[in-house]
Amino acid sequence: MSKIALENHAIVIPGDILAEGNVRYGEGIIKRGDYYYSTVVGLFQDKGDFIQVKSLKGKYVPRSGDLVIGKIIEVGLTNWIIDIGSPYFAVLLANNATEKKFDPVKDDARRIFNVGDIILTKIVSFDRTRDPQVITNERGLGKLRGGRIIEIEAAHIPRVIGKKGTMINMVKRLTRTQIITGQNGRIWIQGKKKEDELKAIESIKKIELEAHTQGLTDRIRDMLSENNNNEIR
Amino acid sequence: MAGDGTVQLIDEKGKRLDGRNFDELRPISIKIGVLENADGSAEIRMGNNIIIAAVYGPRELHPKHRALPDRALIQCFYRMSTFSVNDRKSPAPSRREKEISMIISNALTSVVFTEKYPRTTIDVYLQVLQADGGTRCASLTAASVALADAGIPMRGLIASVAGGLINDKVVLDLYDIEDQKGSGDVPLGYCPVLDEISLVQLDGVFTLEQFEECLKLSIKGATEIYDIQKKALQDKYAAIRADVSVDAKETKKEVKPKEEPKAEIKEESQAVKEEPKEAIKVAPKPEIKAKPKEEPKTEVKEEPQAVKEEPKEAVKVAPKPEIKAKPKEEPKAEVKEEPQPEIKDEKEAK
Amino acid sequence: MGDDFVISEIEKDYIKSLLEQKKRIDGREFNQARNVEFELNLVKKAEGSAIVTLGGSKLIVGVKAQLGSPFPDTPDTGVITTSAELSPIASPYFESGPPSNDAIELARVTDRAIRESHCVDLSKLCVIPKKSVWILFIDFYILNHDGNLFDAAVIGAVAALATTKIPKVKMLEDDEVEILEEVEPLKIEHYPISVTSYKIGEYNIIDANFKEERVSEARVTVGFDEKDRIVSLQKGATGVYKPDELLAVIKESLNVSKTLRKELMKALS
Repeated sequence: MSKIALENHAIVIPGDILAEGNVRYGEGIIKRGDYYYSTVVGLFQDKGDFIQVKSLKGKYVPRSGDLVIGKIIEVGLTNWIIDIGSPYFAVLLANNATEKKFDPVKDDARRIFNVGDIILTKIVSFDRTRDPQVITNERGLGKLRGGRIIEIEAAHIPRVIGKKGTMINMVKRLTRTQIITGQNGRIWIQGKKKEDELKAIESIKKIELEAHTQGLTDRIRDMLSENNNNEIR
Repeated sequence: MAGDGTVQLIDEKGKRLDGRNFDELRPISIKIGVLENADGSAEIRMGNNIIIAAVYGPRELHPKHRALPDRALIQCFYRMSTFSVNDRKSPAPSRREKEISMIISNALTSVVFTEKYPRTTIDVYLQVLQADGGTRCASLTAASVALADAGIPMRGLIASVAGGLINDKVVLDLYDIEDQKGSGDVPLGYCPVLDEISLVQLDGVFTLEQFEECLKLSIKGATEIYDIQKKALQDKYAAIRADVSVDAKETKKEVKPKEEPKAEIKEESQAVKEEPKEAIKVAPKPEIKAKPKEEPKTEVKEEPQAVKEEPKEAVKVAPKPEIKAKPKEEPKAEVKEEPQPEIKDEKEAK
Repeated sequence: MGDDFVISEIEKDYIKSLLEQKKRIDGREFNQARNVEFELNLVKKAEGSAIVTLGGSKLIVGVKAQLGSPFPDTPDTGVITTSAELSPIASPYFESGPPSNDAIELARVTDRAIRESHCVDLSKLCVIPKKSVWILFIDFYILNHDGNLFDAAVIGAVAALATTKIPKVKMLEDDEVEILEEVEPLKIEHYPISVTSYKIGEYNIIDANFKEERVSEARVTVGFDEKDRIVSLQKGATGVYKPDELLAVIKESLNVSKTLRKELMKALS
């Protein structure tokens, strides 16, 4: 029935014809008539019964349920405006910030989160008519202290995490760091030593850069183990 | 058009002053990703034109009341550097720059899925470092690839070039002197994969036959430019391609499209989600006919309509101002008008 | 510059804690400037031009020469006028519109380094006293902002001037002047270099990048000529210096200026 016009993993640009006929398709594609076209610059993926185009770049688009790392850029009387690296600033209402009820008369929002604070937060609603609403009053959410923040393309976050978290857990273990990955491409890293943090950053950058290659997990393991040996010596 | 057709711009053999044939483009090169801070960027060199395009966004729009509730606004800022032309241009934006900014943003709006990012702005900055005729076309060509480089979803790329009339002959891609001394030009923005014209203006006097010939020639030229755009993007991304399919395979089993991520920081829940059919929401109405070339009309949105009406007006109000030899202004006077710091203050301060 | 940018507390703390260990976020020494690169004479329609990159900061400078009237109080010298545009092309934190105070400061600091060093002998730009002199417009556009635009602007302006060619003129009757096709290079008398030092806490670092600049409390831009004389100086931002500290900073900057000038001369030769 269907005819695929391109090789798997081809780089496509907006408007390229990808396939003809009847095929299941995902992101980065529109269908007009019998033809399927790419809408973004990206990697064409043909999985037999399913095609899609993975965009390699672009702003993070919020989705309800996503955990993201945000930066407070404005503090209101009863709310905060947060840069989550997306086209939209997120809004955190005081009542969604802490487990305790917020009293605007007594409580000072700045004492909870101030401008420049980095927070781990969860998107609870976003429907394109209103800015994304986020919360920090669940376990594990809230202000991140110390450590470092790096940013990568949001599209590469899944690769950094790996299957069931294998990749990121390995990096954490071998670099003795704590790592939190935000779906918006921001990653928080904290180690006891700065060198450990640097090693973790180095590996994440390598994962992003070599995301397309096979056997990446092994190479990252080798790289980090080598480092460890050097240190012992 | 200043030209009265008296200057010999093309010889009997059909060679132009710079040695090109009537249907030949100037050499074009496009570099992608030339500015680190921008979300997408490109540098185009077309003959002696040098233009940098930078895209920021989609991002929050200020002031907010200008935001569109159902789609993104595309704001274009076409600017000539003061030193890009023979006589120094005043740094303040001219009417010509504002008009060109508008028609370029109209053209781009026709190909971008603006409905994907309601209430935001996509800002496109076009800085002309050197002008050699046809800067609006080269700018549109560069803007279009810079948008793609920013990862913004589009229906297709626009390639742009002007056709024109010199010594009563229709030629492609006018450069400086031809622009000044020729008798007309028709800048065209054209998307080859959609067969859509998203920018067209006309300056000068054409017979219907000449216009038709001009259009054909520019479409041919734009199609050649399109191939250069495509190659530039492919080359850049081939270098940094990321085979995300590896993850998709690995995670296929445990990830269902509708799974809600949990509140706790579990990396597993953050894996790639395939979003089958999500694209349908943003797609323009499906067409009935199979070949893309035959039915641009059925899916034209509002924006392109607007663009098409544009040129009529534009022809009246926009007599190609810049490249004409303007009478030399007294530089002194210009210094005073400048909103920039100037030597005068320096003197007075002493 | 880039005032809308909120630097996170985490990054601020990180930058500061590194400084305590005598380290910088990009691995440089405190007194080390970033790499400088030039692309000369790109714009043929300008009399002179240069694209300069200083680390991640990138700008283009163009020089246009036009005949005009001299100022009444300096009837026999030419004129230099400098303008800067912090174009929104360069940073998500620049806005379009009339020149900001930052752009004005940038242009004026650059202008002083060029003017006070006598980089160009203005008397040679006089064509007919009281009537006609060359006006050199030095205009720069920031293309990518990664901190310390001052030093990039000055070195870029000198590079652009060094590539500048002024048309020869022919005197006609009644003080009329004809501009000829033939050109001659503008003579550069001195090669000023500016070096900016940024103060973060008790530390002074040379040539801050964008994030360091956002954390800093004060900066001082010093221009030196090739004879190691100070030709311009500007303290910026709200922080303060102790006298000894300022002197130490200036000495450090002088050393850096020599390195940068070497790079400039290499590019020009």
